[in-house]
Amino acid sequence: MKAVFLAAAATIALGVASGAAQAGPTLDAIKQRGFVQCGVNTGLAGFGNPDSAGNWTGLDVDYCRAVAVALFNDPNKVKFTPLSAQQRFPAIQSGEVDLLSRNTTVTLTRDTSVGLNFAPVTYYDGQGFMVPKKLGVKSAKELSGATVCVQSGTTTELNLADYFRTNNLQYNPVVIESVDEVNAAYFAGRCDVLTTDASGLAGTRAAVAPNPDDHIILPEIISKEPLAPAVRHGDDQWFDIVKWTVYGAIAAEEKGITSKNLDEFLTSKDPEIQRMLGVAPGMGGALGLDDKWLYNVIKKMGNYGEIFERNVGVKTPLKLERGLNALWTKGGMQYAMPFR
Amino acid sequence: MSSEHRDSAPPRAGFVFSLNDPTVRSLVYQILLIGTIVLIGWFLVYNTLDNLSRRSIATGFGFMGREASFAIGESLIDYTPKDTYGRAFVAGVLNTVKVSVIGIIAATILGTLIGVARLSSNWLLARLAGGYVEIVRNIPPLLQLFIWYAVITESMPPVRQALNPLPGVFVSQRGVRFPVPAADPVWAWVGLALIVGIVLAYVLNRWGRARQAATGKPYPVLLSLLGCVVGLPLLVYLAGGAPTQLDVPELRGFNFVGGMVISPEFFAILTGLSIYTAAFIAEVVRSGILSVNWGQTEASRALGLSSGHTLRLVVLPQALRVIVPPLTSQYLNLTKNSSLALAIGYPDLVSVANTTLNQTGQAVEGVVMIMGTYLAFSLAISGFMNWYNKRIALVER
Repeated sequence: MKAVFLAAAATIALGVASGAAQAGPTLDAIKQRGFVQCGVNTGLAGFGNPDSAGNWTGLDVDYCRAVAVALFNDPNKVKFTPLSAQQRFPAIQSGEVDLLSRNTTVTLTRDTSVGLNFAPVTYYDGQGFMVPKKLGVKSAKELSGATVCVQSGTTTELNLADYFRTNNLQYNPVVIESVDEVNAAYFAGRCDVLTTDASGLAGTRAAVAPNPDDHIILPEIISKEPLAPAVRHGDDQWFDIVKWTVYGAIAAEEKGITSKNLDEFLTSKDPEIQRMLGVAPGMGGALGLDDKWLYNVIKKMGNYGEIFERNVGVKTPLKLERGLNALWTKGGMQYAMPFR
Repeated sequence: MSSEHRDSAPPRAGFVFSLNDPTVRSLVYQILLIGTIVLIGWFLVYNTLDNLSRRSIATGFGFMGREASFAIGESLIDYTPKDTYGRAFVAGVLNTVKVSVIGIIAATILGTLIGVARLSSNWLLARLAGGYVEIVRNIPPLLQLFIWYAVITESMPPVRQALNPLPGVFVSQRGVRFPVPAADPVWAWVGLALIVGIVLAYVLNRWGRARQAATGKPYPVLLSLLGCVVGLPLLVYLAGGAPTQLDVPELRGFNFVGGMVISPEFFAILTGLSIYTAAFIAEVVRSGILSVNWGQTEASRALGLSSGHTLRLVVLPQALRVIVPPLTSQYLNLTKNSSLALAIGYPDLVSVANTTLNQTGQAVEGVVMIMGTYLAFSLAISGFMNWYNKRIALVER
């Protein structure tokens, strides 16, 4: 329901806001307002989740904060709008949020007809299945005839249909809007299978399951789910800021710069490090930011590896390995473009 | 010459443009108002399209013909992910119609019973009905849906330990499964015979009544009704070889296979909406009955009518005039509230359209389609109810 209201609001907003797409208005608007409005998940452990004190935490949330640091040197100059899968696109299209950092899969349709520009991937994921252990299922190929709980408005819903069609399996979907209700239906036994991104399954099993050991995640990963922050079309400067904040965190890890040893690198002879940290000026100015922007981001938020380990790494309840999200030099896919 | 001629002509009673003329004035204001509305509408549409194309967001309804690639939990028509968005939308619309029609019937029956019970001279019955109304109508419908959904998914046994109250009937978290006659071409003919029978009964009934009015010969209403509606399909069934094969559900793999199922989602939305709306209908019925002067009841009793006849022939026809207009609003509410289905996973039209607008990113078109469909439903319901209202209205003689 809320999605419909939001979509309706977006419809009206699109109708009224005339000529809102000149060059660079987003940055000006945010500076005037004094904070970044960021769309995040309503509750996904490790990615976007309010903790017991009501503070937002998670990998996606940290990227919102990183952008806020790049702009204001303050990770708290950000306001979060929790969005369901269905609400997120109208919210970013209508300008209700400046940045959508909500485990959103990059796809061609979203990049084009939905009107989004995707920053670099912050988490390489894939869709998996979770089943109760007592079913004795060992592989997704054995799931013919199963009832599957899935959240509406996600690529998950489509991959699920594609996978079962490809493998000639029958299934019965139960499609619910809110992720909490989807999880509740699965754990109550309404469905045999819960499907979402593998990271999401790990988070749900760790945080929601009454007894995590009663559930297993099947080995099949049935899709590519590159998750990335997104902005709307029409403001290249704002897009560049978000994009290079993501690259900056990866580049810092490539160079071995962390939030702890950052100041040692201020005297580094490496000209790229000098450019990154603003010792040699120019990079920040090109983005329309202070030259110290990336220094501040690393200082306050840490590099990509730190953000990963803090939120979803092996020491967290999610216990996720770096896998595809390791640096390209370590067999993963995280690769920053040159700071030049 | 000409001027003379004009002068001598009788003064034209025709049109003089002056704002002092009330007719002209009201006309000008109306034109101005309509013009402004059209202009604002045009501005909004134009600006939306302009903004959408500026952000290179796709527009138009071309996506309706593309493959949907998502599955729908339950559908009245055959639907697979290979079908188009258009067909998915139709499946969603039919699911909304299904829950609305059954819900309206159930809510009307339940609401009437509760409304009458609230007026009962039995103290306990009246208080129970009063309590029902006050509790149910003061809890938001979304919460009630969650409660009903939780009741089934949490309190029913898992599918492998399904309750088996009757042979072939299984009750579990996955809903109620019951056997249905196995597919046979005869059933299509029986269905056709039923429709023919209903039409025939209606025609015969009218003819019979006209004859009774003209000649006084009584017409056996019940017998002809039974013959047409039950007898005719039965005859076709027997002529078709009377197939007795049943499609009985059985546990195979993860779920029961075969038979028919009432899903927990459908059950929750139907029960939730019926019970919620029934509380309002009960009040409508009660106020309608109370609006009929007690003297009417006394008069009909004095004439020797039984209490059943009093209710049916004297009170209800008068009460209906008060009941029908607010009842129409309740029907419209129930239909619109069915959009809450999304929260508990019943694939109604909003659910399907939402998935569609999410996959295609075409929020404007999706919302327009949802609004248009609900508008059409509402207009159809209120059109029918207005017709019915006119039919039962007091005819001044």
